[in-house]
Amino acid sequence: MNAIDIQSISKYYGEKHAVDNVSLSVAQGELVSLLGVNGAGKSTLINLLTGLITPTAGDALIHGKSIVKDPHQVKSLLGVSPQETAIAPNLTVRENLELMAGVHGFDRKKTKSKTDELIANFNLSTVEKQKSKTLSGGWKRRLSIAMAIISEPKVLFLDEPTLGLDILARRELWQVIEKIRGTATIVLTTHYLEEADALSDRIFILKNGRLEAAGTSDELKQQTGTTKFEDAFIKLVMDGEKA
Amino acid sequence: MRAMVFAKRNTLEIIRDPLSLFFGLGFPVILLVLLSIINKNIPVDLFSVSNLTPGIAVFGLSFLSLFSAQLIAKDRTTALLSRLFTTPMTAMDFILGYTLPLLPMALLQSVVCFLCAIILGLKMTWSIVPTILLLFVVSLIFIGLGLLIGSTLSEKAATAISGALLTNLCGWLSGTWFDLELVGGAFRDIAYALPFVHAVEMGKAALAGNYQDIWPHLGVVAGYGIVLLAIAVTLFHKKMKSI
Repeated sequence: MNAIDIQSISKYYGEKHAVDNVSLSVAQGELVSLLGVNGAGKSTLINLLTGLITPTAGDALIHGKSIVKDPHQVKSLLGVSPQETAIAPNLTVRENLELMAGVHGFDRKKTKSKTDELIANFNLSTVEKQKSKTLSGGWKRRLSIAMAIISEPKVLFLDEPTLGLDILARRELWQVIEKIRGTATIVLTTHYLEEADALSDRIFILKNGRLEAAGTSDELKQQTGTTKFEDAFIKLVMDGEKA
Repeated sequence: MRAMVFAKRNTLEIIRDPLSLFFGLGFPVILLVLLSIINKNIPVDLFSVSNLTPGIAVFGLSFLSLFSAQLIAKDRTTALLSRLFTTPMTAMDFILGYTLPLLPMALLQSVVCFLCAIILGLKMTWSIVPTILLLFVVSLIFIGLGLLIGSTLSEKAATAISGALLTNLCGWLSGTWFDLELVGGAFRDIAYALPFVHAVEMGKAALAGNYQDIWPHLGVVAGYGIVLLAIAVTLFHKKMKSI
């Protein structure tokens, strides 16, 4: 069984086709990236898969559960780290983790053990008693990802996890993502092409709401006859625009 | 369980905001003290401590709208709410989570207000207990308004409307600062079409031990409270489905 099976999914807002008849599959344990220029439909596709919006047509199965028919069951399989850091500002780092464990229905004992485990794994012990609003951008992102995986999700969505971070903080987060690779299927959206190139098993490129290309970084370079992934991406998203 | 975890988080967010505590507890007490001093220097029946206390208590409760509206609007802005919408939490978990912390706060506000009034010369009688219980019904109006404003407006607009407009309207139209009969006309009619003056008159009647006079005010207050809460719950439910 695939982790994600997207079946001809569409989302229309009036005349605008934000996501248009997209079909793709992601195997369990894969790390895939969704790429596209602004307005390509990445966020809408993530919002559909995480149950924040419902599709106009089509469906998607997460570990065999339909996002249309079983949205509640699907939600228990997911972890989401949104584009904005999405943390509770007046709670400490530990309290934020405990909040997420609690809303996923963990009892007190499991909440404590999972919180301790993530504080250790994400090197958060120096800031665990600090209110999250006082953290730097890099620490907030790190906490945000820890909050997303505390529920032991089968599928983890990381929406622009390194947006706005300096190069050192980004590289540190890459290490964090590498560390959790394999524990869950990971869907990453990013504007940083080198990030997708470095981290992904496969890459999906969206354009105007449609799936434009899919494959490994090497396959996409081969397909476009380029040697750099950035050139391959530009060729794919610009294809037909200049004509 | 999930609702209680979320309620605990919301309680911490509110009580760790010093401005909320000042406006919720300190400000009404300061007003009560100042107006009592004025009454001592220039005695006016409207500002006698037994007439003033129910009005100030209702005014204090209006800050509950500010607490909840600000918190919900901020949760929407920071995408914490979006993150939580991707968890197995239900609409009822959210509503209870946002509402439950405000109930003990409403009780605390009323108790602090009456304790201060007793220090300022209010006669300590058993009628204070039913008066505080009736003020609990009044709190439903402000909790409902807070949910409604926080779910629909931006953080800035929610703060302006619930913090400035609503508290002022509640003050002017409740007959606490001046006798509505002295203004008369459309102003008086509008005031009596809204619940604030009914809340104050109900409180005055209960405090005086004239329980038959709490009607029809209790009906108006409870009616507004139930309708506002129902609208807020429906709207929140809709918002959950259309991020």
